[in-house]
Amino acid sequence: MRLLTHNMLASNARGAVTGYPLKLQVVKWSTKEVEPNPEFLRGMLPKIDWPALVAATQALGLPELLPEAPPTDAELSAEGAAADEGSALRRLHRALLEIHIEEGALVCPDTDRCFPISRGVPNMLLHEDEVRN
Amino acid sequence: MKLKQLEGLLGDLQQFTAPKVELEQYATGPHIASRMLYTAENSFDDITGKVVADFGCGCGTLSVASSLLDAEHVVGIDIDPQSLELAQENAADLELDIDLIQCDIKNLNLRGLLVDTVVMNPPFGTSRKGADMEFISMGMKVATRAVYSLHKTSTREHIKKVALRNCNAISAEVLCELRYNLPRTYKFHKQNEVDIAVDFWRFVPRARDEGSTACSVTNLKQRRMHR
Repeated sequence: MRLLTHNMLASNARGAVTGYPLKLQVVKWSTKEVEPNPEFLRGMLPKIDWPALVAATQALGLPELLPEAPPTDAELSAEGAAADEGSALRRLHRALLEIHIEEGALVCPDTDRCFPISRGVPNMLLHEDEVRN
Repeated sequence: MKLKQLEGLLGDLQQFTAPKVELEQYATGPHIASRMLYTAENSFDDITGKVVADFGCGCGTLSVASSLLDAEHVVGIDIDPQSLELAQENAADLELDIDLIQCDIKNLNLRGLLVDTVVMNPPFGTSRKGADMEFISMGMKVATRAVYSLHKTSTREHIKKVALRNCNAISAEVLCELRYNLPRTYKFHKQNEVDIAVDFWRFVPRARDEGSTACSVTNLKQRRMHR
């Protein structure tokens, strides 16, 4: 599971208000480099929940990866941003699409229900009596 | 990628070895799957560079097809762990990055407007009545651009009515009618294979603001009771 998926996923456990953002607990993660798509990232930026993304990178032990405030569209569009490893664009790309959570858990912020992540797949299954009405 | 090439790659995927009848697990054949995704991309621009979610992904055929057509991010969701393992192997064999989530579609909680397109070959609601509508309903809550789905032609009028009336669709269109060749999958099947008529649908959700709920399953149930 990558952080773009984490950014959209919420808990549906009984007692959850929004069930979002899920707290990330990481045991094992890996990186796989892929080609950045600047147009896609610029389109994504306004839809991303920035605090949730920053919290996820902090849970990974990467507090330096993203700034506290989201980059501006101008920063993402800066010339040569795609080629510059340290650019805002590349950092956003790395955070959203290159980090894979392999083992760990997602914890519902409202109920503390824990959803394990095993071999990269979060298990969001709930028993019928645990589901939010 | 050419259609033939896509169909060829999908033809090499591993399929269910022990399908579960209660989940109506039928493989989406390479012929149908390739045409679904090819149409979604070439006629509507809904796949390449987009975020695609595959509901009830099974062994991952539609997820893989989306990824092969250069969807930027693909999320496959299924309730069944064995299916997800197969999907993971299929993606790995083709060196594709596909995120997988184990979840019952009716309990899925995806927020925001991040998913562009939902693709699915859902249960037809034969084993469990209403399962097909749960998938459409959730698809319409999650997708911002379009939902592509397969349903039995015999349910066409019902699907159209419910999609437009209860699921916030601004359009519900059958793109084509297909022959779904169903090989003998389960013991209760009497014939070795059978062709069933299946519609390939495209639903377009009404534009919405973040946080609003398009149509909930509970909502659907209540309306059904009031009718």
